[in-house]
Amino acid sequence: MAIGWYLVVSAFVFCIGAAGVLLRRNPLVILLCLELMLNAGNLALIAFARMHGNGDGQIFALIVMVVAACEVTVGLGLIVAIYRRRLPIDVDELRELQG
Amino acid sequence: MSPTTWGWLVLAFPLAGTLVISLAWRVLPGRSPGWIGTAAIAASFASAVGAIIAIQGRSPEHRQVTSTAWDYANTVGVDAKLTILVDPLSIFMILVISGVSMLIHLYSVTYLFSDRGFARFFAYLNFFVFSMLLLVLAGNFAILVVGWAFVGAASYLLISFWYRRTTATQAGLKAFVINVIGDVGLVLGTYFIFKHTGTLDFLKTFEHAPDVFAHNDADLVAGCILLLVGAFAKSAQVPLHTWLPDAMEGPTPVSALIHAATMVTAGVYLIARMHPLFERAPAAAAVGAIIGCLTLFMAATIALTQTDIKRVIAYSTMSQIGYMVMGVSVGAYAAGLFHLFTHAFFKALLFMAAGSIIAAMAGEQSLDRMRGFRKALPFTYVCFLLGGLSLSAVPPFSGFFSKDEILLLTADRGGWHWALYVVGYISAFLTALYTFRMIFRAFHGEPSPEARELEHGHLHHAETPTNPATGEEEDTDVGFAGPEHWIAERSWPMKVAMGTLAVGAVVGGFVQVPHVTKLVDKFLEPTFADSSLAEQLREPPDSLLIIGLVLSAVLGLAGIALAYRIWVQRPGIATSLRERLGLPYRISLNKWYWDELLDTVFVRPAAWCGRFAQQTFERVVVDGLLVGGATGVVRAGSAAVRGMQSGFLRYYAALLIAGLAAIALYFLLVSS
Amino acid sequence: MSEVFFFIAGVGAIAGAMGVIALSNPFYTVLSLVFHLLSLAALFLLLHAEFLAAAQVVVYAGAVMVLYMFVVAYIGGQDTPLSASGSTLRTAAPLFAGVLAVELCIAVLGSGLKGISSEGAPLAAGFGSPAQIGQLLLTKFLLAFEVASYLLLVAAVGAVILARRRAGLVGQEPEGKPFLSVLRPIGTGTTAESAGRIQPLPTQPHKEQLEVEGEPAGTPGGGA
Repeated sequence: MAIGWYLVVSAFVFCIGAAGVLLRRNPLVILLCLELMLNAGNLALIAFARMHGNGDGQIFALIVMVVAACEVTVGLGLIVAIYRRRLPIDVDELRELQG
Repeated sequence: MSPTTWGWLVLAFPLAGTLVISLAWRVLPGRSPGWIGTAAIAASFASAVGAIIAIQGRSPEHRQVTSTAWDYANTVGVDAKLTILVDPLSIFMILVISGVSMLIHLYSVTYLFSDRGFARFFAYLNFFVFSMLLLVLAGNFAILVVGWAFVGAASYLLISFWYRRTTATQAGLKAFVINVIGDVGLVLGTYFIFKHTGTLDFLKTFEHAPDVFAHNDADLVAGCILLLVGAFAKSAQVPLHTWLPDAMEGPTPVSALIHAATMVTAGVYLIARMHPLFERAPAAAAVGAIIGCLTLFMAATIALTQTDIKRVIAYSTMSQIGYMVMGVSVGAYAAGLFHLFTHAFFKALLFMAAGSIIAAMAGEQSLDRMRGFRKALPFTYVCFLLGGLSLSAVPPFSGFFSKDEILLLTADRGGWHWALYVVGYISAFLTALYTFRMIFRAFHGEPSPEARELEHGHLHHAETPTNPATGEEEDTDVGFAGPEHWIAERSWPMKVAMGTLAVGAVVGGFVQVPHVTKLVDKFLEPTFADSSLAEQLREPPDSLLIIGLVLSAVLGLAGIALAYRIWVQRPGIATSLRERLGLPYRISLNKWYWDELLDTVFVRPAAWCGRFAQQTFERVVVDGLLVGGATGVVRAGSAAVRGMQSGFLRYYAALLIAGLAAIALYFLLVSS
Repeated sequence: MSEVFFFIAGVGAIAGAMGVIALSNPFYTVLSLVFHLLSLAALFLLLHAEFLAAAQVVVYAGAVMVLYMFVVAYIGGQDTPLSASGSTLRTAAPLFAGVLAVELCIAVLGSGLKGISSEGAPLAAGFGSPAQIGQLLLTKFLLAFEVASYLLLVAAVGAVILARRRAGLVGQEPEGKPFLSVLRPIGTGTTAESAGRIQPLPTQPHKEQLEVEGEPAGTPGGGA
């Protein structure tokens, strides 16, 4: 398959992830949609690596995976802390940083 | 020592006095602020004597000496320096000012002994003397304006000295506002003159005046008339005179010092000092002479009907200042200043004696209640008599010579000045009349209860202190008059002060007896050497002189005789006269309705403007439209922007995605 | 043949993504994401990135998603519908996403990159193998490698701190009142307070200042 196909798939997944971030209210699910977007980026990187023929893109994708893992860790830690304080797990309710 | 060194010393002592008293009053024991103040002015007087000795040691051409302490700024062609000018005119003034002030300080030490604000009084009084000395010693327009303004401030502080009396504070405000109008006139006048001469220094201005200004030059006339506005405000001439009677709210020593001997003479000094300018602009001088004449007549008529003893003396001051203003405006400089000199003596004496009798009445000032104090207050009575005779221009008292000389030289000018001459003598008759009305009413006749008490040796004491003007009750704490009163018979400082002034009132005239001694003329000659008018009036015709002397004596004695008849012999005449001459009586009693006129023309419109500005303009336009509008716009804008910070995470994300889409679109479009 | 695999994997990836955003039960969304990740791994394989495919399955689908599952189990997974409120966002979100998708496709397909329409550069031996990855990590991208490991350390420490229980008395009711209902002291409020949206507590009246009637050289005050 031509590389372009992979890029199109990547674009679709990215946009689906973006729509999910905007639509869902559970912060857990929002994080999952963020993962979607990151994975879409990964796919694009690897497709380009294949295009160029060197492994740079793959290393980049590996590092992105590392970053995603760290972000998930911290994000879930936050959500657990919110849950422990009996606050509602709903981004629409958690809006004190406003004005 | 040089005259200017003495000049600086003259200024330094009262300044030191006021600083010491105002800063250290808490630690100064007992009544020492009073003595410190008196000593400061005594030292100042001694320095003034030193100055006159020093200046007489110089030849006549070199008797105008200046000394500059420092330059304030010498840019843009404005030469503002701290300069004093010591010449015969200023030495004359500082001798009068410091001499009379010294005696008044002495008098006040006893008079205000029980007042809670004793130290404050002397601090203010020393400050006033300092300012007045600064005014007359000023060597340029800048320092003159500074001294002028300080004197106005000191007057305000002292008039409203008993500040918890509403009448006093209102009087102080009235005096200050009218004085400020005069200040504005003074500064604008300075500008008009400075515009052409380019210098603020007096001697340089006078030197250049004939070259720079044509005869009756429009700018010069305008400038001189504005200077006259300043002079009239300070000297209580029509139409800026309404503050002087109200200023009697201040303690009696204040009235004696400021509103008789010194501050109100500042206008006379100003015209005398600016004589080269006034001689170059005779139109302005004519205005001065006419206003002076008008004032002296009007004040004399008003004094006939007033019942507050201090107000009678106040109107008499206004009238005598009118004589002085008229004198220096027509060119009789030495004569006008001579009258200033004698007037300082007998007017301060009259005020001090009035203070004594008011004290005997326990603060009551109305002539209606005072009667028959002759036996109870002998010393005060004698002082009143001497002062009154001098004021009425009875020979051989001092007032006779000085008033007479002014009128003589006025007539010598000729032309329309004869009208001033006639009015002047009519008012001299009225002067004698109202002065002795006051004396006879207060000291002759059946003794009043307070007088009877005093004859038995007991000074009357009021149960509740009251405001003499309105009768409302007050107390004797800070801000009000003290509980105790002192009469001259019982306190030696008052006696010494009044005695000295009485001697001066009697013999003071002998320094300028026509054809015999001309000390004042000779002394002041270096200052007025450049005056063509003084030259012209040097030798008035003898016939006019004799007529004047005789007329003055006759009118004075006639006035006294008429007063005696009305108020001593046949007391009922006064009441019937009042009914028969109803309209003139009412006009006189209401002070020719000047207060009402100024109220309608100036005060009410100003108050309306103020109310309009506050309630309508300020609230609607400034607060509502401008401030509210500006803040409203900002508030609306920031509210709109604030809407973005909703706290909704998803909105932020939406904005992000939308922004990303927009940027991508932009790049797509650009690259296509 | 590879085209068939591509389409299966591609559809699977997109289906998994749709499932993530559409399913309401958080458990099912996590599972949907796992499916998506596995499809992506297949796509990686098709692109000759073997090591990354393995890493994707082991690390991502294996470790990270398991972590997610733990948290979903702990939290209890509320069944929140797609979005009950914010109707503007319900219409705007697909719109923005759709616009973005279109733009990206145009960018990809219409770009002048020559390599896009081909299958890629000629394969070198060992492309995508662990050996190549390792060699690159330790030579060309050493710094990135080290920083990434540092980042992992920091994240681990952060997670521990965030999730630890605050030390307190045994038996103390942890945070009884809902946090948001406690009124903040005056002056420490948020911007909302300053903008007037939240009312602060009332202030205390100031004590009257005692008037000292002294006798300095003071100016006279206004009369009554």
